[in-house]
Amino acid sequence: MLFYLLRRLLYAVPIALGVTLVCFSLVHIGPGDPLSSILPPEASQAIVDRMKREYGLDQPLPLQYLIWLGKAAVGDFGTSIFTGRPVLAEIAPALVNSLIIAVGGALLGFLLGIVFGTVAGYCHGRPADRFFTAVAITGVSVPHYWLAIVLVIVFSVELMWLPALGMTGSGGTEFTFSGENFRHMLLPVIALSVIPMGVVARTVRAQVAELLNMDFVDALRSKGLGEAKVFRHVAKNAAPQVLAVMGLQLGYLLGGSILIETVFAWPGTGLLLNNAIFARDIPLLQGTILALALIFVALNLLVDVVQAILDPRIVR
Amino acid sequence: MSSISIAAMEREVEAPQFVAVRRGYWSMVVGRLSRDPLTIVCGGIVLLIALAAIFAPWVAPHDPYQTSMIKRLAPIGTPGHVLGTDELGRDMLTRLIYGGRVSLLTAIVPVAMALLIGGTLGVIAGFVGGRVNMAIMRTMDVFYAFPSILLAIAISGALGGGILNAVLSLTLIFMPPICRVAETVTTQVRNLDFVAAARATPAGTGRILMVHVLGNVLGPVLIYASSLISVSIIIASGLSFLGLGVSPPEADWGLMLNTLRQSIYVAPLNAALPGAMIFVTGMCFNLMSDGLRSAMDVKL
Repeated sequence: MLFYLLRRLLYAVPIALGVTLVCFSLVHIGPGDPLSSILPPEASQAIVDRMKREYGLDQPLPLQYLIWLGKAAVGDFGTSIFTGRPVLAEIAPALVNSLIIAVGGALLGFLLGIVFGTVAGYCHGRPADRFFTAVAITGVSVPHYWLAIVLVIVFSVELMWLPALGMTGSGGTEFTFSGENFRHMLLPVIALSVIPMGVVARTVRAQVAELLNMDFVDALRSKGLGEAKVFRHVAKNAAPQVLAVMGLQLGYLLGGSILIETVFAWPGTGLLLNNAIFARDIPLLQGTILALALIFVALNLLVDVVQAILDPRIVR
Repeated sequence: MSSISIAAMEREVEAPQFVAVRRGYWSMVVGRLSRDPLTIVCGGIVLLIALAAIFAPWVAPHDPYQTSMIKRLAPIGTPGHVLGTDELGRDMLTRLIYGGRVSLLTAIVPVAMALLIGGTLGVIAGFVGGRVNMAIMRTMDVFYAFPSILLAIAISGALGGGILNAVLSLTLIFMPPICRVAETVTTQVRNLDFVAAARATPAGTGRILMVHVLGNVLGPVLIYASSLISVSIIIASGLSFLGLGVSPPEADWGLMLNTLRQSIYVAPLNAALPGAMIFVTGMCFNLMSDGLRSAMDVKL
């Protein structure tokens, strides 16, 4: 087990390095100079050269990468070109805000997905199965940003039950455990939950239906075991696969919330990314994507480890 | 050598019989599809949207760029404008028809390109194995470390938006999963007895690759790629929703959703229409892919 953990950890290192390389390349695949967005077009060559020196853009590319990597390793993602604040100071609070709705959406989606998938798997081929399968397919096919807008139209515009925008009524970006915060959270969380709901429901249904057909279930039943106990065995066998899907989904939610955050003006990493793209704030763009990708890598690692604990066969 | 591989060898020698078996398979697939009403209906809807988009200039009732200040945000059912008008008074039905051009293109082209490039790389990785496999698959693993929407947005954002860049970024995010499926299936097929049997016959590497490996790999990979089209349309429209796709006044469902979003208090139904198109099209592609999968009896 320990050997497996070490190997898996070692394997994550080149992946993480590759991720940093991709993030770094983002600056250089873009058209024009990263500085062109902040410098006025009439800036003299002397000023351009000085700025280039200050941002280290006069160095050869591999050296730039190493310098950037060295700084990023100690948490220095540079300074946002647009706001002039350290990138980390911009990312940290936004990340917390994104995490709040991502975790909320994941929990809701997983819960519904597991319930729907289990019911569908148990009723294999019957109307209930077809109904929940249809719900799951709808969940994975619906553009979640459009669903978000529809939710706003229904619950904010027509019914006027819930707020349409922001995190608090006063435009604050600090999350507190208040009823107002929860009311603002509700629509983004629902919009985010549909994709994980659909994906998890499909996985659970397939697993449960397959496991129920296996000989060991017949053996358990013929032993006189109650249906609840049989279900516990089925759940245990389905868990590793379902868990892997869930881990990926949580990561996708964190990265994919940009569209939802744009619709609801939720002050998270998605909104930050959106601003960074349109202000061509490359350090901020790089830093945010790197942070999200590294979290995703860590999440994958965690899933692998938990999976190995639940199902020791994976280690071998 | 087992009796199975000898049988496979004999089949290889008698080429016509092999062809006959293949035709039998495809007519079976078509037969199954024709008995699957859901897939037929979905295919019909997609075909209708696609035909309308292709022949837009002849089908659309109005000019997609014709603005009108006095007819802004006309509700659905207005005489002359069946689906109302948008925030600049342009006919919604016309723009939805024209929007299908870009939206369908950005849904299908990236998957097709990713299938071509990623599929080829995957087959090479699986067939050659060893170091080549390592090099290709470990590179793909790096792209797996990003949530796909995030990577698409990041690449498109860094490249500076535009339809070409959107297609490019989508191709890049679909390449790794297609490559992985192609590699897995190729590795499985390569180790089967009939490939070993083919090696024993005078068949060269090229022939083995084309007939035995590709013939068995193409199906599952194609099915997998088809399941990505619905993802592609959602992400592609998401990119233009963020302003990273086509630029106005071009019509595109994602972009229309974005601009009409400002009008949800005035004309909520009009604002919801473009998204409904994305939803319906994505759903149809998804169901078609599922139908094709069960008709071709492929397990992934």
